Amino acid sequence: MSKKGDQPSMERRQFIGGTIAAAGAVTIAPGVILHAVADTNQRTEGASSEHRWGMVIDANKCADGCTACVDACNSEHGLTDLGRPETDAAWIRTVKLKDKQTGNISRLPVMCQHCEHPPCVDVCPTNASFKRADGVVLVDRHRCIGCRYCMMACPYKARSFIHEALSDQSVSAPRGKGCVESCTLCVHRIDEGVMQTACQEACDKDGHAAILFGDLKDPNSEISQVLKKYNSVQIRGDLELNTGVRYRNL
Amino acid sequence: MRSSLISKRYFIILLAGLLLSAMSAFGESTFVTKGSRAASLDSCVAPTNVMRRNHMDFLKHGRDDTVLDGVRGLEYSLSECIDCHASTGQSGKAMPVDAEGEFCQECHGYVAVSPACFQCHRTTPEKKGNKYGYHKDESFFVESTSQPAGIQRD
Repeated sequence: MSKKGDQPSMERRQFIGGTIAAAGAVTIAPGVILHAVADTNQRTEGASSEHRWGMVIDANKCADGCTACVDACNSEHGLTDLGRPETDAAWIRTVKLKDKQTGNISRLPVMCQHCEHPPCVDVCPTNASFKRADGVVLVDRHRCIGCRYCMMACPYKARSFIHEALSDQSVSAPRGKGCVESCTLCVHRIDEGVMQTACQEACDKDGHAAILFGDLKDPNSEISQVLKKYNSVQIRGDLELNTGVRYRNL
Repeated sequence: MRSSLISKRYFIILLAGLLLSAMSAFGESTFVTKGSRAASLDSCVAPTNVMRRNHMDFLKHGRDDTVLDGVRGLEYSLSECIDCHASTGQSGKAMPVDAEGEFCQECHGYVAVSPACFQCHRTTPEKKGNKYGYHKDESFFVESTSQPAGIQRD
């Protein structure tokens, strides 16, 4: 790569332009401050710590044999089925739990639990695994070296490793060989202000409505109301990770 | 003696001719592929010389803003590069921007710099209308399954 020292200085030009623009703004009328040039692009504000995104999943409503959430997640993020279940990416897994004494079977989808204290972030040697200001735990694939420590550290087995070269990825979920990945809580939707994950959308569409996504920090949000009213648990709550995904009727 | 002089002169003329044609080819070429939306526009989101020199820095800043802070809709966006610069092939399908002779590869091949972007990022424009929800596009899953496992690194 070229050294930065041989680049012409753009700052100087911008400074001159900026000064002229500022002078123009001031001279329009004394005492009137014009907010600079109209924002031509639709730049969003980004993640804010005023929110913490999470989900409540009702295990009773999760229907046997239904894979709507998994399918929706796969197509939303372009997770290709290569016919090799051992290594294919799975951001959501459906898990069956059987109580051996009573024979009762409960089903639940398990994905990244978006912990407040994520072990995957603790162990990551390159800071690729990180938690956003709004509590979403992500992998920065620009930094990920594919060491898979986070996969070892995760108590929920939520992460997948991409073993094969890919093409035709989804624009909203760039992914490639040699990186670890997991549920992003549909950040591309959150950032655009769409308050529904792909899995919830599919679950609602199938009429089960087992998944509810929302803001845990907003006391008036539907999810907060549900959590206040009904009992819910965190999986492996004993680890005190304070997960963002909670389960009802488990 | 005379023959060597002639051959020397011819050689110089030949060299000059080559140089001239190379220069004119370099000067005229815009590197924008025919059949892409970019070919119909005067310039990119910034003047061409700025983009040529700084596109990698623009993208690098943007990627951190987006991945780490969730800021979307930035002025410089890789997916918009692809939307605009991907040309349409003879079959009517969009050509990958990192394919031989296509926009990205044309310069990057010349300077021998591998654009690592496309290990992860999509190389053709995504069909509009399925930004969220289900990918109904049938061709979506087809190509990647035919790829042999674990052979191609970049």
